[in-house]
Amino acid sequence: MLRYIIKRVLTMIPTLCAISVLVFIIIQLPPGDFLTTQIAELRAQGMDANNAKIEFLRQQYGLDRPMWEQYAIWLFGMLQGDFGYSFEYDLPVTEVVGDRLYLSFLLSFATILFTWAMAFPIGVYSAVNQYSVGDHALTFIGFLGLATPNFLLALVMMYLAKVHFGISIGGLMDPQYLDQPFSYGKFISVLEHLWVPVIVIGTSGTAGMIRRLRANLLDELQKQYVTTARAKGLSPRRALIKYPLRMSLNPFIADIGNLLPQVVSGAAVVSMVLSLPTTGPMLIEALRSQDMYLAGSFLMFLAMLTVVGVLLSDIALAALDPRIRLGAGTER
Amino acid sequence: MTDAPKDKIEHFVSQAPFDPYAVEVLTPEQERYFLATQWQLMWWKLKRHKLAVISGIFLIFMYLVAAFAEVVAPYALETRNSKALFAPPQSLHMFHEGEFVGPFVYAYNQKLDFRTMQRTYTEDKTRPQPLRFLCLGDEYSFLGLFDGSFHLVCPAKDGAFYLMGTDRLGRDVFSRIIHGARISLTVGLFGIAISFAIGLTLGGLAGYYGGWVDNVVQRLIEVIRSFPELPLWMALSAALPVTWSPVLIYFGITIILGLLDWTGLARAVRSKLLALREEDFCQAAQLMGASPKRVISKHLLPSFASHLIASATLSVPSMILGETALSFLGLGLRAPITSWGVLLAEAQNINVVALYPWLMLPVAPVILTILAFNFLGDGLRDAADPYK
Repeated sequence: MLRYIIKRVLTMIPTLCAISVLVFIIIQLPPGDFLTTQIAELRAQGMDANNAKIEFLRQQYGLDRPMWEQYAIWLFGMLQGDFGYSFEYDLPVTEVVGDRLYLSFLLSFATILFTWAMAFPIGVYSAVNQYSVGDHALTFIGFLGLATPNFLLALVMMYLAKVHFGISIGGLMDPQYLDQPFSYGKFISVLEHLWVPVIVIGTSGTAGMIRRLRANLLDELQKQYVTTARAKGLSPRRALIKYPLRMSLNPFIADIGNLLPQVVSGAAVVSMVLSLPTTGPMLIEALRSQDMYLAGSFLMFLAMLTVVGVLLSDIALAALDPRIRLGAGTER
Repeated sequence: MTDAPKDKIEHFVSQAPFDPYAVEVLTPEQERYFLATQWQLMWWKLKRHKLAVISGIFLIFMYLVAAFAEVVAPYALETRNSKALFAPPQSLHMFHEGEFVGPFVYAYNQKLDFRTMQRTYTEDKTRPQPLRFLCLGDEYSFLGLFDGSFHLVCPAKDGAFYLMGTDRLGRDVFSRIIHGARISLTVGLFGIAISFAIGLTLGGLAGYYGGWVDNVVQRLIEVIRSFPELPLWMALSAALPVTWSPVLIYFGITIILGLLDWTGLARAVRSKLLALREEDFCQAAQLMGASPKRVISKHLLPSFASHLIASATLSVPSMILGETALSFLGLGLRAPITSWGVLLAEAQNINVVALYPWLMLPVAPVILTILAFNFLGDGLRDAADPYK
């Protein structure tokens, strides 16, 4: 087991390196950099740019040096916890970001939990009562959830909550807790606001998960050992839970690799609509204004979130399923 | 031993000549089934999947509408009516004062509340405006090829016809949805073409050669897949120069959508190839001196082309949704190019939902198209294995 974990963690390192290269290329893609645009703007206004400061920034972040050197500076800075300088906010990136990263993480985590909690009973019900009215209805709702753009769902939910419950669900906490240190009251407030984005982001993932769980369980239920178990007089309940359910749970965990990028993607758009203080809105802002280090660290963080999530799911899978643990490397 | 029983059956000898192949003779129906090509079998199986067939017909209909958008839409894309800003949808009537008139709408009476600056529209029950069919209306340039003014449906002369209301500039939402279909529906197709090209090439190379080529491609796929799609799309489309013309932006977006989508396809191709290249027919071809190119394209590809078509159909929806989300956020297509996402960008805040809910109607074709692609793809996937 330990060997498997070590091996898995080691293969993660080149992946992260490749991702960092990719992120760096992407944030360098737009022509020019933030400083050139700013200087041009200042010059257009007839003002002399604050030369000393711009020169300092240029030197600090090596904007005048060749590409690969810039990359190396950026990478090593990140390893030491220095994520660069946000030109737009005139602050180090770590200070601009604040607790957005934690909230993003919290949102994704809560959404995954919600997806599991919803998909598990519904998927099992659909598979056991295949082609019943309930199955058809749930499948239909699932498809609808899959096809609806979630930003629109967010808008409609926001409207409904406003009309029917009279609450404003924009944001992720009551205004009085903004920029406050973490406290119990803040925690409760966050929980109160969290459910709407969680439902909105979770719908499409849940729908997909239900379909896969249903298909897996159906495959499993048709196998001969189930028939044998039933023939020998095992109660239907036991004949379902003892083996078929356990077998069909595997993809449940393995699917995090698909689910997590989807959740993070969904969160980015939905947070924009609901104006949540997570990474999404700030990332879009940073991309628009070419605030490269800010955008870069957000992209890096989101990618890292998924990579680590997939790692955890792989380890959990290995712990659950000896076939993967023992045959590690041969199947992949 | 006793005597043989009296009721013993007499020995029977058939006088008909013996046909040793009697068992193997096929009924015409069986023969038809056994001699059918793979594609025929798939077609028969697909036909049994009702939902997939309906979805397929619906999609063909949608693409026809998109192709002839200018003719189908009652208004041109940019026709404005300053007298009908934010007009709600008009309902279609058949009977006026108990008499059959054919499809018509009632004219609007507009009132402007000067305190809230909000317009209220009421139907004027005395002024029916019958629709005209196969008529001349707004001028347009069909696909930029020739000019025309022929429409399937037009409003009455000096009348209005807003089946789905109007937006803030008084443009007909229904017409704009039809015009937007052209962009929204083709984004998925172009994107799929690109992702197909990349996925087939890389997946084919990885699966056929194996070894280090396979390793490199696998790692690449892993890296791309571990990225959340939308933020990456956002970053790439934010990198498109602002100076580009709308058409270039459109192609830029489709390329971006395709660039990140090929991984699933490449994986499918690779695993299929790995399994197939061990088959006898493939080895035989190699022994006879066929080049890798010929083996891949003549022997391997045809045997899983059907799977590829199915998986391509299933990945169109994510592209359409991606384009919609990007445009909604203002990072994708921008006016004057009109797609469903661009239209939805008008419904960006809660006031719109409360006051002008019809501006959210462009989401209906999005949902329907995506559902149709999903159902059709499911049907195709089942049909792709006709022997199962």
